[in-house]
Amino acid sequence: MSIATDRRPDDAIVPDDAVTPPGGRPGRDALAEMRSPHRARAVKDVVARIVMWGAFALAMVPLVWILWTVIGKGAHMLTTATWWTGNQRNINSDDFGGGARHAIEGTLEMVGLTALIAVPIGILTAVYLVEYGRGRLAKAISFTVDILSGVPSIVAALFIYAVWVTTLGIGRSGFAASLALVLLMIPVVVRSTEEMLKLVPNELREASYALGVPKWVTVVKVVLRTAFSGIVTGVLLGIARVMGETAPLLILAPYTKNFQRDLFSGNFPTLPMMINQDRGDFALETAAERMWGAALTLIILVLLLNLIGRVIAHYGSVKK
Amino acid sequence: MAKRIDITDLNVYYGSFKAVEGVSMTVEPRSVTAFIGPSGCGKSTFLRTLNRMHEVIPGGRVEGKVMLDDQDLYATGMDPVTVRRTVGMVFQRPNPFPTMSIYDNVAAGLRLNGVKNKKTLDGIVETSLKGANLWTEVKDRLGKPGAGLSGGQQQRLCIARAIAVQPQVLLMDEPCSALDPISTLAIEDLVNELKSEYTIVIVTHNMQQAARVSDRTAFFNLKATGEPGRLIEIDDTTRIFNNPTQQATEDYISGRFG
Repeated sequence: MSIATDRRPDDAIVPDDAVTPPGGRPGRDALAEMRSPHRARAVKDVVARIVMWGAFALAMVPLVWILWTVIGKGAHMLTTATWWTGNQRNINSDDFGGGARHAIEGTLEMVGLTALIAVPIGILTAVYLVEYGRGRLAKAISFTVDILSGVPSIVAALFIYAVWVTTLGIGRSGFAASLALVLLMIPVVVRSTEEMLKLVPNELREASYALGVPKWVTVVKVVLRTAFSGIVTGVLLGIARVMGETAPLLILAPYTKNFQRDLFSGNFPTLPMMINQDRGDFALETAAERMWGAALTLIILVLLLNLIGRVIAHYGSVKK
Repeated sequence: MAKRIDITDLNVYYGSFKAVEGVSMTVEPRSVTAFIGPSGCGKSTFLRTLNRMHEVIPGGRVEGKVMLDDQDLYATGMDPVTVRRTVGMVFQRPNPFPTMSIYDNVAAGLRLNGVKNKKTLDGIVETSLKGANLWTEVKDRLGKPGAGLSGGQQQRLCIARAIAVQPQVLLMDEPCSALDPISTLAIEDLVNELKSEYTIVIVTHNMQQAARVSDRTAFFNLKATGEPGRLIEIDDTTRIFNNPTQQATEDYISGRFG
């Protein structure tokens, strides 16, 4: 084990042994005793390292595997002429190619609307919980958020179906699916924003109050401003979470192969549903290729979103 | 601009716990008043009641009267925000806003209260930084982050920020306890200059500092932990340090306890 050899305490002690008078070597036992805790510690160190690296490697396996498979099987679809421009209209399962633009646009539009509704609600809830909320109401809200974050996406979808479609009698649509995604996104935004607001030192709030700045201005201009980059990261995590969500789409937004930008009527194209559609004809090479291509496209969208978030967070972060 | 503060029979609470009891004193305008006393005796707590910062803490409340000239700070209808614009504060640890540049930090109090005129701001930023003896050190890098300055410079930046809103009174809560001796000296010199224009109240653990900078000194003490802190005596600084009337004061300043 090479890690252990480079810091064995024995090496350093050899010269001492050399100058010890021959015969009794009285210091030897004492030295060995002193050394033993070092050795025990070194062994623990090595074990901890192996466990750590092992866990890391184990965690990387599925990640690399997924990326490898998706890229290997879907990358060539992304370079076809029509992938970024066309849709799936008049393309049967056994036809090659076609476009994913309808689904890309649909996903972005739907998730954009979801974020537009969920982000203000989420951030304001977190502000209430951290800056204003005391006592029972705050506890009740916090508890509700906890429950909401544990709600399975299919349950959120069924809830919206029950309210939107069954009770109100409004048909299924992209917007209905957005509403279900809002329910899934709010707790993510609340929790992450809450954590970020708690990280803002109280001294900054006090510094602001002491300048005669009203509380709400302090919250907006000092607290939210200081936590900005963390909040952006949290929002993006929330968006990434709902972007690949499929259950609400299955129930609330039936797929269409056509361009459809209207969120409020009828069928709506999205990437997860496109994947699901082609999975139905998986036996056909042409459909399977399309499925992998759509999967890779979805991964790239999430990745791009994260990159954009990083850039925004970088320019808005605390200056050193 | 400077104003006199008259405090009568002030009790300060954290929830049901009485932290400070029965304080009455007068803080003279255009002078430096130092609060000394052992840890936990309530001097910082008491200081924070003078600009209603105490009530920012959940459960924090006050009984008694604090008059700023003829204004009752705790009168019903008195807005704590207005009080804090009149009575500025500098904290123990330098706390410049980390997202803001040096310029923005000094301008923060005005900007956050709606002053937008660039010329006005430029002028006030310059006079405030000059007033805090920081101008020559930072005038070429006003756009750089305030958090990039040294600890002593950051504290002077915080003083500049506090005087930029043109308060009547400046409260300083152990402003030098996180600083090295050189920076401490710079702050003390600054306090000496500022007292010609402001009423200054400074809490300090350092008795030499109290002796160096203050005109009057108030000694706080508490009987035992868990008991409320009280004002033992307040007098001219020379009298407190040379000839105090109370035994406890003498014991404390001569180093017999605390």
